[in-house]
Amino acid sequence: MGSTGEGLGRRDLIKRSAALGLITVPTMSFLSACASGGEENSTKGPAKAPVTKENPFGVGKGGKLDVVVFKGGFGDDYAKAWEAAFDKKWGTTSSHLGTQEITAKLQPRFNGGNPPDVVDDSGAQQIKLDVLAKGDQLADLTAVLDAPSLDDPSKKVRDTLVEGAYEQGLQGGKFVVLKYVYAVFGFWYSGKLFKDKGWTPPKTWDEFLAVCTQAKEAGIGGLAHQGKFPYYINVVIMDLIAKKGGLEAMKAIDNLEPNAFEGNPAALAAVEAVYEVVEKGLLMPGTNGLTHTESQTAWNQYKAAFIPSGSWLENEQLKQTPEDFDMKFLPMPLLADSKLPFEAIRAGVDEPFIVPEKAANKAAGLEFLRSMLSREWSTIFAQQANSLTVVKDGVDPSVKLRPGTQSAVDALKAAGGNTFSYRYPDWYSEMDSEIQNASNELMAQRIQPKEWIKRAQAAVDKAAKDPNAKNNKRV
Amino acid sequence: MSQVARSKGRAGFITGFLIAPLALYLTFVIWPYVQTFGYSFTNWSGQSPTFDFVGTDNYATLLKDEVFRGALWHNLLLLVFVPVVTILLALFFAFMVNAGGRSGAGGVRGVGGSRVYKVVYFFPQVLSLAILSVLFGAIYRSDEGGLLNGFLTRIGLIDAQHPVEWLNEPDFVLWALLFVVVWHGVGFYLVLFSAAMQSVPKDIYEAALLDGAGRAQTFFKVTLPLLWDSVQTAAVYLGIAAMDMFVLVSTMTSGQFGGGPDHHSEVMSTVLMRNFLYFGKSGYACAMGVVMLALTMILSIVTLRATRRERIEF
Repeated sequence: MGSTGEGLGRRDLIKRSAALGLITVPTMSFLSACASGGEENSTKGPAKAPVTKENPFGVGKGGKLDVVVFKGGFGDDYAKAWEAAFDKKWGTTSSHLGTQEITAKLQPRFNGGNPPDVVDDSGAQQIKLDVLAKGDQLADLTAVLDAPSLDDPSKKVRDTLVEGAYEQGLQGGKFVVLKYVYAVFGFWYSGKLFKDKGWTPPKTWDEFLAVCTQAKEAGIGGLAHQGKFPYYINVVIMDLIAKKGGLEAMKAIDNLEPNAFEGNPAALAAVEAVYEVVEKGLLMPGTNGLTHTESQTAWNQYKAAFIPSGSWLENEQLKQTPEDFDMKFLPMPLLADSKLPFEAIRAGVDEPFIVPEKAANKAAGLEFLRSMLSREWSTIFAQQANSLTVVKDGVDPSVKLRPGTQSAVDALKAAGGNTFSYRYPDWYSEMDSEIQNASNELMAQRIQPKEWIKRAQAAVDKAAKDPNAKNNKRV
Repeated sequence: MSQVARSKGRAGFITGFLIAPLALYLTFVIWPYVQTFGYSFTNWSGQSPTFDFVGTDNYATLLKDEVFRGALWHNLLLLVFVPVVTILLALFFAFMVNAGGRSGAGGVRGVGGSRVYKVVYFFPQVLSLAILSVLFGAIYRSDEGGLLNGFLTRIGLIDAQHPVEWLNEPDFVLWALLFVVVWHGVGFYLVLFSAAMQSVPKDIYEAALLDGAGRAQTFFKVTLPLLWDSVQTAAVYLGIAAMDMFVLVSTMTSGQFGGGPDHHSEVMSTVLMRNFLYFGKSGYACAMGVVMLALTMILSIVTLRATRRERIEF
């Protein structure tokens, strides 16, 4: 049977509609992703209780508590334990979601005006904090800081936090993010490998290069890095800049100054130092194309001497690390004429917890954060997640830490007040992403240090046009 | 019953069945499109219900966006290579397994073992793109642990100290991805073309054989013209796959939602998603979505027009 030639035959109709349907296939998912939930939801929270000293936010008994946590390196058992404790105390019924897909799960809820009460907004698919802050989606957490501490009601919560916890929770000058985990950044090495080979942990960049060269002669890669995620090699570059140029150099970058990179000798020296590793062939072969798990696992198999990372590394690699590996932390080695001492380290707070502004039970959300900053909950976290928290001396001494975490704690003690931390990745996502691209090119030897400086400065200049740039100032 | 009355009754009958799907289509496909079009004129952040109207600013920025223009260029390259390479390979294999063999008795059949080939060729199609990206991630892995690097090192073609970082090579990454798409697609189109070939009456082939046509002549003079409808469909489908590419690029290459190294494997959908979810520029991303829709529509119409031929009935 052929087509009849009159008007649209059945076959033609089907064919054309199929073709029309087909063109929608690739665009459909992206277009419909763009559709928002539209109107605001006006769900009412539970009845508020009167505000007292024990109940500073007026949590109503027997309400609901909606918690969403990132289920990554720390797992989510700690959160379940917290929720049980919270329900017991306040008679709430909490719902728990542990997921890696924070954006996919929460974006429609933020747009629809019915977000959860507490969110651990972390991981590769976190909703960027600068974006949330610009959309007025984050509750002001200053009230939590000013509330009495659960451990000692004569103290305010703010006085029980480690250095930096407050500053790193600011967005546009407002404290809206509670970063709960305390992490240090630097190089990591195997105590066993170094002992077997008779290497000493380097303190200067020249000694660092010397160990890398010895490693290469022994058939081992010098430096491994998580090439597919240039975030990590940026830690090395940026920390070298901060240590050589001092805190001023770091703040110039965060404050988007016109000479943050260009015309800054510390920046050029740092990039050249990292490039020297590439030029001398001291990188672990192939490391530029590996994911973080692939390169970290190779390092665990003694295929490289050093790897840069934060103190979550040990927990992340638990299954791949040999029993006698003896993981050790090393502060970033010094370039000549550095302003900060060798012991200085990037100590950052991480794992951002937020309470959405439009949370149905905002009071309970705030109370939940206050409870997290108690010694009891902090110890629960340290036990379940093998990590430190932002609560000062918040871990019960009876908790035994693993060797890597222990060495990080020791380094932190040695650093004393000499800790520093960058803000730009939280404040300017686009600039961060552009600098990461440049670093990837640098490590692959496709651009030279001077070109890196130019590109990084261009990214800074672009970010300076962000309307929020005037609120994000550090002094 | 008169002819007119009967066709009227039939139209009513058909309409009755079409209303429900049409309503669903309008709600879940057309309405989001309209919304997106509206959002493309705003500075919506994607994480909040509030936004301002900014006119055509997003489109003006888009014109100057080098990353997006680069992505568009990559999509166009893929648009040419994905369908052409896949269809040519699939046609060749389909012809070989169906009509490529010669037998003494003058029958038409495939080369020896063609049944096995058909099954084997179809294997890649049953794998999801997610599995595919893991599989090829292991093949293209940048150290000695990668299949390609491991193999090339063993036979001494590359130095173990300098393995090839396949997906981190600006000039190679797009071709590496193209290879995956072709590898994945050929089997399916082979089966599609096989089915079409089998519906071609054997006597046509036999007549061609009797007239002394060789393999090449049989293919170009008989098989290809009779398969034109299927080839056309395949071209549209593959063109659409080339315009998308999101899953492979975002999972296999570096960067937020892929596109690395340094935007060398960027396609429009990855730029869109990065702006939408990572940079908080959702209004801008919606403008990209509208541009993508317009381009795919033009593409489909052009493909259907350009490949239109006289129908051959048999």
